Amino acid sequence: MSMHTPEAPATLSPPVPLDTAKRSRRSVFVRRPFFTIAVIVTVAYLVAALFAPQVAPFDPVTQDFNVMMQPPTAAHLFGTDSYGQDILSRVIYGARFALIIGIFAVLIGAAGGLVIGLAAGLSGGASEWALMRLIDAILALPSLILAVAFIAILGQGVDKVVIAVGLSMIGPFARTVRSDVLQVRVQLFIEAAQLMSIPYLRVVWRHVLPNVIFPLAVQVTIRISEAILVSSSLSFLGIGVTPPTPDWGLMIAEGRDFVSFAPWMSAMPGFALALLLIALTIVGDGIREEFDPKLRKDS
Amino acid sequence: MTDRTADTAQRPVLTLRDLTVHRGAAKILDRVNLSLGQGETLALVGESGAGKSTIAVAIMRLLGNAKVAGAIELAGEGDLLALTERQMVKLRGQRLSMIFQDAGAALNPSYTVGRQLSTTLRRTQGLSREEARERAVELFTSVGINDPEGRMSAFPHQLSGGMQQRVMVAISLAGSPDLLLADEPTSALDVTIQAQIVRLILTLTRARGASCIFVLHDLALASQSCDRIAVLYAGQVVESGPAHDVLEHHRHPYTQQLKSCVLEIGTKTLTAPEGTVPSHAQMPRGCRFATRCPRALTRCAGEAPPLVPLRANAAGPLDHHIACWNPE
Amino acid sequence: MTKPPQAPNAPVQPIFELIEVEQVFEVPKPGRPLFSRETVGLRALDGVRLSIRKGTSLAIVGESGSGKSTLLRVLLGLDKPSGGRALYRGKPIGEARARGTDFARDVAMVYQDARGSLDPRMTIGAIIAEPLRHFNIVPPEGETARIAHLLDRVGLPADAAGRFPSGLSGGQVRRVAIARALASEPSVLVADEAVSGLDVSTQAQLLTLLQSLQRDMGLTLAFITHDLGVASYLCEEIAIMYLGRIVENGPTDAVLKAPAHPYSAALRAAAPQFFEPLSRPLPGEIPSPLDLPKGCRFSTRCPAAQADCQTKDPQLGKLGSRRAVACIHPITHA
Repeated sequence: MSMHTPEAPATLSPPVPLDTAKRSRRSVFVRRPFFTIAVIVTVAYLVAALFAPQVAPFDPVTQDFNVMMQPPTAAHLFGTDSYGQDILSRVIYGARFALIIGIFAVLIGAAGGLVIGLAAGLSGGASEWALMRLIDAILALPSLILAVAFIAILGQGVDKVVIAVGLSMIGPFARTVRSDVLQVRVQLFIEAAQLMSIPYLRVVWRHVLPNVIFPLAVQVTIRISEAILVSSSLSFLGIGVTPPTPDWGLMIAEGRDFVSFAPWMSAMPGFALALLLIALTIVGDGIREEFDPKLRKDS
Repeated sequence: MTDRTADTAQRPVLTLRDLTVHRGAAKILDRVNLSLGQGETLALVGESGAGKSTIAVAIMRLLGNAKVAGAIELAGEGDLLALTERQMVKLRGQRLSMIFQDAGAALNPSYTVGRQLSTTLRRTQGLSREEARERAVELFTSVGINDPEGRMSAFPHQLSGGMQQRVMVAISLAGSPDLLLADEPTSALDVTIQAQIVRLILTLTRARGASCIFVLHDLALASQSCDRIAVLYAGQVVESGPAHDVLEHHRHPYTQQLKSCVLEIGTKTLTAPEGTVPSHAQMPRGCRFATRCPRALTRCAGEAPPLVPLRANAAGPLDHHIACWNPE
Repeated sequence: MTKPPQAPNAPVQPIFELIEVEQVFEVPKPGRPLFSRETVGLRALDGVRLSIRKGTSLAIVGESGSGKSTLLRVLLGLDKPSGGRALYRGKPIGEARARGTDFARDVAMVYQDARGSLDPRMTIGAIIAEPLRHFNIVPPEGETARIAHLLDRVGLPADAAGRFPSGLSGGQVRRVAIARALASEPSVLVADEAVSGLDVSTQAQLLTLLQSLQRDMGLTLAFITHDLGVASYLCEEIAIMYLGRIVENGPTDAVLKAPAHPYSAALRAAAPQFFEPLSRPLPGEIPSPLDLPKGCRFSTRCPAAQADCQTKDPQLGKLGSRRAVACIHPITHA
């Protein structure tokens, strides 16, 4: 039997031709039709928000008492409200406020959550305990109640709403970041880096942070819709942005009194809000399922 | 071993005919033909992805939504693939049973091991609660569990890996099956415990005259524990037959390669084969081993060799078979 | 195959020297009442004596619970032993690790879970570049070439540098882990079950690679394994552990040919061998380290135990010139 050869080959050919490992998969847009539709809807909202002055047929705050409370017509596709303002134009401008508030509030929440979560996850001991009880205390209140409390301190206005909603979201972000940090911290590649005597802060920067940032980015896309919902709720309660700012929550609240004979006044902004929230959720879920290695089955 | 093979050569207890399994587009088993005689032990050996475990799971008909074609003939039952799920449920545990690699995962963590065993006994044997308990203690004793009465009330996590595997053996033998399928029963265990479990399975199945299929990756262990060996490569049987013939007088280049990689104590030179098993997406059209085969001919790339008996005349289904155009 | 003993009795300082190393972990006492803080000492290592000479290859063999992984952590300076002295080139390992990066550069590690030891969000190139940069091995402009060289040395194509660990097979990932370990140009390679859990052909590929690396680069190799076949192929020396203590060590071939400790003999017999009848296995299981047997710790399972084995705890003592065994009644091979 030819089991014995004099010398083992020093270099071996690769066990698998590397290009076979590459997944020959169809595009994500073909595999996930709902995701594709949701992306298109989200992009449409973004375009409407960015180019609102070009897209909107009327000025959103011009009042025209000749056309008060008109049902949808050719001229006013979504009808008009009790001041004769064009609802379509207000919905389009409203997308601007919704997205600005949503995105910036989430960024504030994510940044704050990252700092607190990293600190809690890495410190351990008494400081971790203190930080986590603080987060627990924040989490005990729903974000809407918390946002109301912050508005009470800060006052009204778009910038104040952004800050209030952002602060109210730090808690949930901090908790997810901390649990991610705890998971990453015990991974072997962290120990391997420590074995190379790489300084602690550099290990955090090079190995912990990238492995925490990515799931956080996915969380951000998912939670934008939550931020928009909270900000709209604030406006609906009359403590968010001030009239006549074209904000969806505000518009729904204004239409509430007329809902029996002019339902479009609340329905149109309500529909716009619902559609955006659904689309954002589907996009966020799709991104998570597509890129989160924990959910990927074939890796 | 050999005389038993000759004695039972004409009445196999299990016969696989052209067993083919598709999962999605991938053909994970390709026309597998195997037979197993009464009271024999058969080792399925090969590397990961060869389809060893798939065969065992396919025989239990536990493959889920994979597409299974061909026939699995069990003596007295006919083709298992033609049975209804209800009939299959009756067979599992009574005529067929399976031992898994990870006993810790196969046992239910929220019931005591005694209860899991007596439930099986009551279901398969129709015993009363008290009879089942008595029988369970007997079985625990027979698989070498110390203090069987006390261990009846233990939960799986309170037992060591070796003890968990003993419990699995007891459960799988509860229904006195004719055919035991053991899927890498010892690869998660330490070597000294591995020897205990293999001996245990062999002793108990031989005492009952049951047949046994071991899924193994260790060729040397297969040679020590099994009467017959089937070597699998990329979902196909490339060589099968009596253990001694396959391992000492092997004719397929893959068997040779697999054997040359086994490290025995004292092995000082090792020839590392090149490459790995091709992926299902890039499976060669002809012989699946052709891309790595040192003896490949032009014919091998285009035409898949069938599994044929080595002795053309008067060869039984249990004889030495080989699928190669250019055997050694 | 065993090298002639290099200048026996010459005062060559060993790379690693463990003198009566103990590692006791405080663990919750089993069956303690709720809210109780009672702990009990778990002796994971109990009087380990070991020295690893430069250029040698040592296999540390034992079953789960034998303390090999604890020993490894002590060798790497990840844990400080609770008793005894663990020396690296004559200095305590903890001190050597704390003082600068020399120890970290000189002693490289290959994990059993190679995939887990590689940052999943870094490319293979970045993973290998990390030690290159950290230890200033090559100037920045030579980095790419060095990475390609290292990949080639472990049998991977240069274009692997752009890939992520998730795109590689199990065998390839182990090669990457070896390449990273080699990047710091270490003189000692510590490997924890580096070839276990792989198919035999992949295992053979890695073993031939490791052997050629050890020979060509003169590496000192400490290889933890449970497989005596692997130990016998790769390592000149072997240390067999049972319940936190080395029960036998010496040249691999001599120990495996004529094991002196009954446990070594049992391990030897349990290793699968072609067409040998299945060995009579050892009875029972490894006792809990929380409740060590009195006397010799192997006496509860030992087929040759005698009365004094239950009272006297044998220490690792010399057996001939290069072997040592911890047994009162070692097996004698006529």
